[in-house]
Amino acid sequence: MPRTLELNRPQMGLLEKALRINWMLVLLICVPAAIGVAMLYSAAGGDLQPWASRQIIRFGIGAALMFIVALVDIRSWMRASYVIYALALVLLAGVEVLGATVMGAQRWVDLGVLQLQPSEIMKVALVMALARYFHGVTLEDMRRVTVLIPPILLILAPVGLVLRQPDLGTAALLAISGTAMLFLAGVRLWTVGLAIGGLLAAVPIAWQFLHEYQKTRILTFLDPETDPLGAGYHILQSKIALGSGGIFGKGFLQGTQSHLNFLPEKQTDFIFTMLAEEQGLVGGLGLLVLYLALIVYGIAISLRSASAFGRLLGMGVVTTFFLYVFINVAMVMGVIPVVGVPLPLISYGGSAMLTLMFGFGLLLNIHIHYDVHIGRRASLRE
Amino acid sequence: MQKSDSGRTKLFTRRALIMGGAQALLLGGLAGRMYQLQVVDSDRYKMLAEENRINMQLLPPPRGRIYDRFGLPLAVNQLDYRLVIVPEQTHSLDETLESLQTLVSIDSHDRERIAREVKRKRSFVPITVRENLTWEEVSRVEVHAPDLPGVFIDVGQSRHYRYGGLAAHVIGYVGAVSESELKGDAVLALPGFQIGKNGVEKAFERALRGKAGSRQVEVNAYGRIIRELTRRDGQPGDDHILTIDMGLQEYASARLGGESAAAVVLDVHTGEVLAMVSVPSFDPNQFATGLSRAAWKKLIDNPRFPLTNKVIAGQYSPGSTFKIVVALAALASGELGPGFEAFCPGYLTLGNRRFHCWRKNGHGRLAMIDGLARSCDVYFYEVARRVGVDRIAAMARRFGFGEPLGLELPGERAGLVPTRDWKLATHGESWQKGETLIIGIGQGFLLSTPLQLAVMAARVANGGVAVRPTLVREIQRGGDRARAPREAFPSMALSPAHLAVVQAGMKRVTNHPRGTAFRARIEEPELAMAGKTGSVQVRRISKRERETGVIKNEDKPWEERDHALFVGYAPVGAPRYAVAVVVEHGGGGSKAAAPVARDILREVQLRDPARRGRGQSVAFRPRES
Repeated sequence: MPRTLELNRPQMGLLEKALRINWMLVLLICVPAAIGVAMLYSAAGGDLQPWASRQIIRFGIGAALMFIVALVDIRSWMRASYVIYALALVLLAGVEVLGATVMGAQRWVDLGVLQLQPSEIMKVALVMALARYFHGVTLEDMRRVTVLIPPILLILAPVGLVLRQPDLGTAALLAISGTAMLFLAGVRLWTVGLAIGGLLAAVPIAWQFLHEYQKTRILTFLDPETDPLGAGYHILQSKIALGSGGIFGKGFLQGTQSHLNFLPEKQTDFIFTMLAEEQGLVGGLGLLVLYLALIVYGIAISLRSASAFGRLLGMGVVTTFFLYVFINVAMVMGVIPVVGVPLPLISYGGSAMLTLMFGFGLLLNIHIHYDVHIGRRASLRE
Repeated sequence: MQKSDSGRTKLFTRRALIMGGAQALLLGGLAGRMYQLQVVDSDRYKMLAEENRINMQLLPPPRGRIYDRFGLPLAVNQLDYRLVIVPEQTHSLDETLESLQTLVSIDSHDRERIAREVKRKRSFVPITVRENLTWEEVSRVEVHAPDLPGVFIDVGQSRHYRYGGLAAHVIGYVGAVSESELKGDAVLALPGFQIGKNGVEKAFERALRGKAGSRQVEVNAYGRIIRELTRRDGQPGDDHILTIDMGLQEYASARLGGESAAAVVLDVHTGEVLAMVSVPSFDPNQFATGLSRAAWKKLIDNPRFPLTNKVIAGQYSPGSTFKIVVALAALASGELGPGFEAFCPGYLTLGNRRFHCWRKNGHGRLAMIDGLARSCDVYFYEVARRVGVDRIAAMARRFGFGEPLGLELPGERAGLVPTRDWKLATHGESWQKGETLIIGIGQGFLLSTPLQLAVMAARVANGGVAVRPTLVREIQRGGDRARAPREAFPSMALSPAHLAVVQAGMKRVTNHPRGTAFRARIEEPELAMAGKTGSVQVRRISKRERETGVIKNEDKPWEERDHALFVGYAPVGAPRYAVAVVVEHGGGGSKAAAPVARDILREVQLRDPARRGRGQSVAFRPRES
């Protein structure tokens, strides 16, 4: 293993890292993003304004962020994990407090140029914090139940805060990706089962905390066609759009449901519907295949990593990405309730884009640093 | 450490692969769901998408216009800008109406109606807020349109009657479709659609309405039309050219002035109605734009019944004008000839009853022609007594009394021609001899419309042809013109000699110094008219009154005065026009009705295009102004 020897050096040079950038992964990110721009162009009725042009700029910023994140030493990220998590949690609590007292249900912090949703940052931050935590825990330690208390708290704190906002989709995403992390970290299956059982048991309790509109959404989801002009309208129209697309679709810019505004939120949450209406089953499956390729590639990168932190973080990012895709697509097809999760790399919106690009930056980072061994306390050497 | 680490890596790898597999499976599940939606159920969703996108719309056809015989537009369509609101699409209906109020005036009457319609109609049905917007109001609303979702300007057509009340009873008017009329044609259900409610507008509703077209439009989720997909043009309503001469109509109307009266002018050969005046009248435009409750009440409560077309729906005793029929019935019966003479001492005694002549001192001895010219009641009591009621009734029926004449207008009344059988059947009593005498001077149970009186005059004038009145001269569809179908009128099979007697009597009425209407003669010999006066008691004259002296009409309250009647035709030599005039409570026929009839008959002859143009043909040319 000559390469391992080589990597016993304290740090790689920037150039060396840059040469290790996985361009295949970058390509797998760029292609959906390009499709997204095309869809936003179509959503605006064949115009770069108002969405496509701004999405290009955001993707540019996101790509820059991704490369910066990729080139920072992986150990620095590991050391920063708890800090980032803590920051995200404070922001989340801050939004909750400010939002409740000042502005009603506000989910974002206005940074001038862009609005940042702390719940979006939390999606990556939680994965980072859990990867950091489990990096230092051995399989033997894992047998002790007490070891599981901190990560469960790490998961429950943001989930609770997000639920109170209320943002059902993000809460579900955080809870599931957190549970997945427990599973990946090697927690025994019955414990994971217990966690899932606990989550399910919490459902009736959580129901009490839900706002009326959220309850309506879930109830509507169970039988959407009873109230076609009321709350079931979105799901029904989305299904009509999808179904009417058929195998080959109605053609670019030709989606009647989207362009005549029967389809709600076509540039954000329901953009997959528009794609499937205009490009048909072929286009929709094509995008799913692209996503799957990205997931597979991400899993491969994770498996190759020499460090537990890298492996867990990689899988965490991949799982978060998967959850975005799954929740969104399942939602627009009427498989799960409408919860408001964007389609990664395609939906219009800044926060999710930055979160994802940050995550992909970490994935690239893991690939670049695949052979870096990290000690239990994130020291340079074992 | 190393060992546990590699164990952990293995565990991680296994679980990561399970995880990846699970994710791939879930994505596969989504793919399956897509297959179900986009392939298995696709047809159903395609249909639903088309239903969403495509709206079928009816295109109301432009209503056929109505012209007078010389092409003057009487009823036309005007562009009407309407303000409509779709409650469903507004953020708040009340707020939207509030802000609309600052742009256009909406009165409390409109607001009440809107509130009613909002309650009654479904929220996606457009409701008319105001009609007849001015350009300024339209532009004010359009400027603010972005802030007023659910508010639209709708361009429709509204009916306009150029001559207001002048021919209101002939043309009629249009109004909103009532619930009971909402049958058959889908176009009727369109908001703001109007149909004929009276007159020609009602009688020719189907032809005037035309056939609705339709179009398929693509609409967006807010119901706004994006583009037209297909269009099937309808058939515009047929234009109707009436027989009415608006100039004559206007003249006759003015001549009757503030009376409660009816006048009708017929062409004695064709039956064309050149003028049909019923006063007082009403403004049909008020009906087309919607009548206020107060205005409606005023029309209804008016004792002179402005809404009634007295020419066809007013039923009056024909009075002495009926002596024409009695004379012809007598001659046709063979009971007596034109030379039959009677002596009039001012009354006739039958049993123990006295039947008075209008002339207290009597007419002395006279024969039929003078009996007509001087309108001697006693003479006709005697004639009627000899002929009997049934033969008089038969002749009356041949002249068109007792049944509608079939004019193309709704609401034509039949009048009444009594017979022995009729009385027994309806009153359960047998006929009295005295009643026959009364019929002889056109009173008693007899009832007739002014139109029937004019038809009687026309049939005498044209030599006994059973002419029937008609109002429509031509119907135009697109560029095609079609004369209204005319049947040849049958002969009444009257003896020309008998007719000549009656004609001579009628000529003498207005052209002999002792004729009852000599003062109302036409002095130009080539225009001279023949006629017959009539005065009908509205109230029975009591015996005491007769003894103390009959109160003069001028001294009675209006509603107790006699009805004044006159029928006539002109020119005497070659009759062309017939007229009937009834002035309710006008006093004597010779004073109140004859001068009006004379002026109308003179005017119609002077207006004759053949006379005015001298060989210059007057072709029909619709005029727009």
